[in-house]
Amino acid sequence: MKPPAWLDALVKRFLPSELYEELLGDLHEQFAFQAEEFGVQKARWMYFFEVIRFCRPYFLRRPFSAHSKYSTSYTYSPAMIRNYFKIAFRNLLKHKGYSFINIFGLATGMAVAMLIGLWVWDELSYNKSFRNYDHIAQVYNHVTEPLDQKQVEGSSQPQPMAKVLREKYGHIFKHVLLVQWEGETTLGVGNDNYIKRGQFFENGVIDMFSLKMLKGSKESLNDSQGMILSESAAKSIFGDKDPIGEAVKLDNKFYCKVSGVYEDIPQNSTLGGIHFIGNFEYLRTNEKWIKNNEERWDASSQRIFVQTADNVTMEQANAAVRDFYLKDAPDNLKELAPKYKAILYLNPMKNWYLYSEFKDGYPATGRITFVWLFSIVGIFVLLLACINFMNLSTARSEKRAKEVGIRKAVGSIKSQLVNQFLGESFLVVGLAFFVMLGIVGASIGGFNELADKQVSIPFFNVYFWGISFIFLAATALLSGLYPAFYLSSFEPVKVLKGTIRLGKYASLPRRVLVVVQFTVSVVLIIGTIVVYQQIQYAQNRPVGYDRSSLVRISMDDPNFENSKLVMKDQLLRNGIASNVAFSNMPVTSVWDNWGGFDWKGKNPDAESSFSVTQLDEDFGATIQWKVKQGRNFSKEFGMDTAAVIINESAAKYLALKNPIGEYITSTGDGKRRWQIIGVIEDLVAESPYEPVKMGLYMFQRNVRALGQMQIKINPNLPMSEALTKIEATQKKLVPSAPFRYFFVDEEYSKKFTAEQRIGKLAFLFAILAIMISCLGLFGLASFIAEQRTKEIGIRKVLGASITNLWGLLSKEFVLLVVISLFIASPVAYYFMNNWIQKYSYHTAISWWIFVAAGAGALIITLLTVSFQAIKAALVNPVKSLKSE
Amino acid sequence: MGRSYLGEFEELVLLTVAVLEGTAYGVTIAAELKQRMNNRLISLSGVHIALYRLEEKGFVVSELGGATSERGGRRKRFFRITALGKRTLAEMRQVRNELWDAIPTPSFS
Repeated sequence: MKPPAWLDALVKRFLPSELYEELLGDLHEQFAFQAEEFGVQKARWMYFFEVIRFCRPYFLRRPFSAHSKYSTSYTYSPAMIRNYFKIAFRNLLKHKGYSFINIFGLATGMAVAMLIGLWVWDELSYNKSFRNYDHIAQVYNHVTEPLDQKQVEGSSQPQPMAKVLREKYGHIFKHVLLVQWEGETTLGVGNDNYIKRGQFFENGVIDMFSLKMLKGSKESLNDSQGMILSESAAKSIFGDKDPIGEAVKLDNKFYCKVSGVYEDIPQNSTLGGIHFIGNFEYLRTNEKWIKNNEERWDASSQRIFVQTADNVTMEQANAAVRDFYLKDAPDNLKELAPKYKAILYLNPMKNWYLYSEFKDGYPATGRITFVWLFSIVGIFVLLLACINFMNLSTARSEKRAKEVGIRKAVGSIKSQLVNQFLGESFLVVGLAFFVMLGIVGASIGGFNELADKQVSIPFFNVYFWGISFIFLAATALLSGLYPAFYLSSFEPVKVLKGTIRLGKYASLPRRVLVVVQFTVSVVLIIGTIVVYQQIQYAQNRPVGYDRSSLVRISMDDPNFENSKLVMKDQLLRNGIASNVAFSNMPVTSVWDNWGGFDWKGKNPDAESSFSVTQLDEDFGATIQWKVKQGRNFSKEFGMDTAAVIINESAAKYLALKNPIGEYITSTGDGKRRWQIIGVIEDLVAESPYEPVKMGLYMFQRNVRALGQMQIKINPNLPMSEALTKIEATQKKLVPSAPFRYFFVDEEYSKKFTAEQRIGKLAFLFAILAIMISCLGLFGLASFIAEQRTKEIGIRKVLGASITNLWGLLSKEFVLLVVISLFIASPVAYYFMNNWIQKYSYHTAISWWIFVAAGAGALIITLLTVSFQAIKAALVNPVKSLKSE
Repeated sequence: MGRSYLGEFEELVLLTVAVLEGTAYGVTIAAELKQRMNNRLISLSGVHIALYRLEEKGFVVSELGGATSERGGRRKRFFRITALGKRTLAEMRQVRNELWDAIPTPSFS
């Protein structure tokens, strides 16, 4: 019947040793009483709580003084702590300007770091909402072109490959799914049409992406005709009605039946914008072109997603599928595989978003570059703010030498002073933290818009508070350590007599910090200018056609078939359009690549593919492409079906001396032959940063095969009026189809959004970095001016002019900034040159950028410092010499 | 600064020390208080803190008793009320009595 021994150990460990004997005695005695009264079990609990109650500040770690005659100097005595707070607040209030610069500067830096941190976190957590994140991958192939040893990857795979993977590699994969490319689809319910993004998967998708089914079950897609809707889509289409079992017509072509509703997939994932999922089997039975390719190994138009079995790692699966072509492909591919070194590999989900750009056939870079870039910027901005903070607090602290002297004289010991100054720095950092929360709270909306994100301050995240706390402690310690230990080591007699000489090198660390600060700022400025220049350069790139008032209508609805030409005719006749043309793909993208061409003098191993656009005779006139040689298609030449127009890149690749009149033949089935009738200037259809692909433009007489209508709006008609008229025309002819139009110039400018966003963010951060640096400089300059008040007064009395004094005070800072310019320029050049090489079509980094950035930094420095310098120089020497 | 402040619980503990005269230490004080106050939960740590505070303020003095065979041979710290303590209690009682007397009687009927 004894109390638990570990509790006694606790008492021994934490309570003052002077009291151990009597307290433990009392505790045990009471335990004996209670055990008799309530039983041992309950007494143990009561004993436990009693011991816990003893662990309170009154007892904890306290040199117990009740029985000693003199009170000891107690570090945590409430009176002293109160005094420290009082002095700290008085100091903050007395020097309002410095306090503001200090706290606000640090808060801004922290806010920038915080926003960047949230952004980086959001980027890194992309796709992580899927439970099988580590097990999902996409199947890629990898071949080496025998001609030029170029290594390329292929993301699309033939349909039979999925079947073979499922049958022969079933022990490795839990799911192997063919995936159709996502797209906007018109969902028709009754007479209403809704446009939603959706995707078709083979069955198993619900389990693979761990979709949370709100209605229906994991088996909802077993019925091939079934489709599942996201919660928001179900709500917008069916309202509060139960959608299960409702029929939905897709693109006016075939019906699906709603068989389930899933919780919306988080926006930051590959399936982010997907609002319905259908069964690929059903798509195949309804889309003839997919059906035709069901057994074909030479048509690759779907992706394959796989999920490895639970006990199979990605590496094992990768090793298993590597030699797929040698082992399990049909014979003709087996033969070709060694020549092309063809292999399969799995691209795990964690690469999909962050490493979306491929090099030599493997995922290499992508958004991860920006994650790194911004992380570094964030860390540097934070560093700038911390440097400021340290600079100012150490500079200020020398003002407090007298206080230290007095405190020491009346009995403070060193550890108390250290604690005092560290505590003060914790206080200020804490204040800055709250200001930062305010800044972030106020700016997060704008930031989200700018960065196209939906982040918020994670108030309920343990990691957030942990990291914040560690960071605050680190900043406070770093900035507080120097004053704490330096000041507390002063000898009181010297300080109070006023003979203390702060060493000649006392300000050296401060100078170094200023240089670091400006180096970072200048690098950021140069970086921003280069990013902007690159975007500007790409935007000014000649695109080869006229985008203005060009509208595209995508005619997916089968009912368009017979009305296309009628519509064209009406648009032209009513003066709405000045030109109308059809093509099979938009001007702003490349959907079709064909290989297998032959021409005179072709290198037998040249296997590159061409982008192929099919169009009608008015296309050239509508988009106003520029014919360099030869002519456009024309109805006058009846034989234009066997003619082709090529772009300049293709002309260069074909390497024909005079391409007009030469022939291109297809080596594949059909053996068709086209005569080159014209060469046009390159049309920038894909990335504006890459070279234009070799393009062939072929005449297609059958308008039914051309799904895209390009309309050049009549320049005399206002755009809005033209659009309503086009809509009316379309509604009359094809009432079933929704009116979906795209401005070609808008679609083109979308190619720049990613870079523009990066540019804007970089600009914002550079501005903030410079601002923070200047705040620090401003504080430091005013401090130095104040320190030299007497000197300035004497100089003035002896006849120094204001210009002299201004030069005297500014010289040092200008020198520091010049040094940082020399450090920053090569660093910035190195990084920006690396960045810009990523783009094939890129601007050159010219010398004026460095000059401009340098001049900018110098001017800003001079403005900042001069304000203080001139203010100090203008003071009447009588005043400054009288003061004391 | 005037007289040291005496909290409600401290006053009770001080009174108990006076009542127990000579046998007052942590456990007995806690038990006495508990019994007199209808089994209100009295924590030992609270009693101890009150005792040490009273000692710092000079209302009680303490000494360690001799070792006995109970409680593992650990000594007890006995507390005695000082003259200052007695006087303070008396003053407080007087103030209270005067206040009680000053209450108009009818309001209690």
